[in-house]
Amino acid sequence: MTSLKPQSEAELSEAIKSAKGPLHIRGGGTRRTGAELGQVLETGGLSGISLYEPGALTVVAGAGTPLSEIEAALNAENQRLAFEPMDHRGLLGTAGEPTLGGVAAANVSGPRRIQCGAARDFMLGVRFVDGQGSIVKNGGRVMKNVTGYDLVKLMAGSQGTLGVLTEVSLKVLPKPETMACLLIDGLNDRDAIAAMTRAMGSPYDVTGTAHLPKGLDGTPVTMIRIEGFNASVAYRLEQLAGLFPNHALRRETDPEAVAKGWAYIRDAEPFHGTTGDVWRISTKPTDAPDLAAKLDAKEVFYDWSGGLIWALTPEGSDIRAKLGAFDGHATLVRASGTTLPLFHPQPAPVAMLSEGVRRKFDPRGILNPGLMTA
Amino acid sequence: MEMPVPNAGLLARKPDIVARLAAVLPSDALISDPAETRAYECDALTAYRCPPLAVALPSTTQEVSAILKICHEEGVPVVPRGSGTSLAGGAMPTADSLILGVSRMNDVLETDYENRIIRVQTGRTNLSVTGAVEENDFFYAPDPSSQLACAIAGNIAMNSGGAHCLKYGVTTNNLMGVTMVLMDGTIVELGGAHLDPAGLDLLGVICGSEGQLGVVTEATLRILHKPEGARPVLIAYDSNEVAGECVSDIIKAGVLPVAIEFMDRPCIEACEAFAKAGYPMCEALLIVEVEGSPAEIDEQLALIKDIAQRHNPVELREAQDADEAGRIWLGRKSAFGAMGQINDYMCLDGTIPVSSLPYVLRRIGEMSKEYGLGVANVFHAGDGNMHPLILFNANKEGDLELCEAFGADILRLCVEVGGCLTGEHGVGIEKRDLMVDQYAPEDLEAQMAIKDVFDAQWLLNPAKVFPLAASETRRNMAIAAE
Repeated sequence: MTSLKPQSEAELSEAIKSAKGPLHIRGGGTRRTGAELGQVLETGGLSGISLYEPGALTVVAGAGTPLSEIEAALNAENQRLAFEPMDHRGLLGTAGEPTLGGVAAANVSGPRRIQCGAARDFMLGVRFVDGQGSIVKNGGRVMKNVTGYDLVKLMAGSQGTLGVLTEVSLKVLPKPETMACLLIDGLNDRDAIAAMTRAMGSPYDVTGTAHLPKGLDGTPVTMIRIEGFNASVAYRLEQLAGLFPNHALRRETDPEAVAKGWAYIRDAEPFHGTTGDVWRISTKPTDAPDLAAKLDAKEVFYDWSGGLIWALTPEGSDIRAKLGAFDGHATLVRASGTTLPLFHPQPAPVAMLSEGVRRKFDPRGILNPGLMTA
Repeated sequence: MEMPVPNAGLLARKPDIVARLAAVLPSDALISDPAETRAYECDALTAYRCPPLAVALPSTTQEVSAILKICHEEGVPVVPRGSGTSLAGGAMPTADSLILGVSRMNDVLETDYENRIIRVQTGRTNLSVTGAVEENDFFYAPDPSSQLACAIAGNIAMNSGGAHCLKYGVTTNNLMGVTMVLMDGTIVELGGAHLDPAGLDLLGVICGSEGQLGVVTEATLRILHKPEGARPVLIAYDSNEVAGECVSDIIKAGVLPVAIEFMDRPCIEACEAFAKAGYPMCEALLIVEVEGSPAEIDEQLALIKDIAQRHNPVELREAQDADEAGRIWLGRKSAFGAMGQINDYMCLDGTIPVSSLPYVLRRIGEMSKEYGLGVANVFHAGDGNMHPLILFNANKEGDLELCEAFGADILRLCVEVGGCLTGEHGVGIEKRDLMVDQYAPEDLEAQMAIKDVFDAQWLLNPAKVFPLAASETRRNMAIAAE
């Protein structure tokens, strides 16, 4: 079957209206996971930045716009996407270019999520075509907007199951002048999480906290990131160091080395080129060590002070059964031939509401069927 | 303001309905005497009033569930109410509705500094959430100007903002989880102490749904450590355009102040007369506040002052101590009170792209002359959220209607330049009929479809948010079903 590649919102609407069966929606194709049912519908034809106002911290672009194009435009004005979207290519062994629509539809974020939010927190407005071909807009391009229901949040992370995004407007932020990282060596998981939550609970505006039980040299390392103006970063680095008087500390102040270290966490580089399933477990930071111990994982590491556990497990291992009930959920990010659902099953009333919403937006059940529900 | 005709069947069955509710509530938690229900006839949009059928003031999630189950069976519309500070009529009842007030549910359920969360019952006021954690130097960031009185329940319903959201975001960015009761009495939990949902982001839709999808009884909120300090600088210009350019240049320079407030001449004059803060008389006044250690503040303010100087300010005043900082904020914080002293006023809440600020202020000035009503502008300039205050005389025949027509024109202008009808107050009944200016029928249909899922009979706060004509068929289904 040839893939559909509409060149406009109107063409997309027609394509969905006349679809006879399931559609598999594809942005850059960098997050290929699970079964791909139906005809491929590509969003690459809906590309381009239509508005960028650096003074208003706002950018609006077509959903098929490559993320690299947006990042280049922002970079030229010394701005950035603060939610630090993960690049899945290394972990999943995919090619292609991540797109704005893909990032929005999957609510992608990175280490800075703990300080400033995920894609959903920076999305100001969306346009999309629902499962019946209706063109819908919600939100807009201003930062404060409570006009009607917030379907922008609903579309963020809906994985294309409610509609196909055609345009996204985002809040962007200034790039910091510099960044630095405080490194603590040799902590066990529990002490590392105590150190990270301590740093997040300080007034020093920490923008990332991660812990690798096995760092590059095989020993544990805990990372605490700060960003901002030069003098401020230097000051806060020392203040943070002062919180840990009895720890083995190192200071990384070369911004390029800091950026590289955090890309390693953001893109789950410890698991690149490995075999096995990869899970993301979102939970309460202080619950993380006990949960990680239950996983029988080959390897784990922690982002978001422990609120995000990355786990590499043997293929097909059902970690949800091992975890039991907990505050949070487990998402299968890299799956090899497993029949496990990618997304964590939800309690009955929540599942019913979600299913109800899905039926309203896609009554024929043709948009990425089976991706979010069994 | 048009409201649906009350359902005569429900009015006639009032004794039975009250009796059923009385059976599941303590005797002091139900009000049905017309002399007492009158206290709940309006919220802060006081121009419109209507006493409800009855008022229930539950103390637990279980009681809320029992109340909603009965109302669902009886087909009684329910209007959830926090502290009743809505400026949009979000908590205004109809004669056939039950007011469900959460004001007695104000406990702190859990404080967890390690994970930086607090779990509260939603009747708790915004400021008292911070009050519960400030001895440990923590705070809850969203700070609507009614924060002394407004409840977290209402903050969630309206996705409230405040003066500091340029840095800290609004309610939806600080809300991690809720316990919510659906119209049929089902209790659901969404989110918790973890980030991001397992599936669809229903929590994101609940926040800002104006009490139309469920009654939120408990909330998990993000708390943050207070910054080491904060300091404002006051910058005065002789034109709105130049002040607007200054704001844009500050943001482009990579500084992210926690607040950038803007006041125009009529507002400055009123504040000065009322609060005597010592403001310079000028066309446009900016208050820019930054946070951090003293040295960090110096670094940021040096940049801001440098940018401000390039635009030739009439005056530039930096607070040297806490007292001076207080004086700089004094006028701004008393702005609404000051306007209230000299006149009746209507407070609008549209948002515009920051770049359209000079054009919008000029147009508002022109319209002010056409309508013959004065306007003062207070403005969260960093995020484009405007608060034009239209002055009118409530005792003068036709003045309220004239004021409303003027307000509607200003909000249409906000939409026309790429903004929206409401930045933080919500739609309520006030802006319901303007929704068609911002949204096409398909856009409204998609939003109403969400309500169909959560509240199929449209019993929760039914006559709000959507134009009455757009929601009529759905609302009438409930009546037809009886």
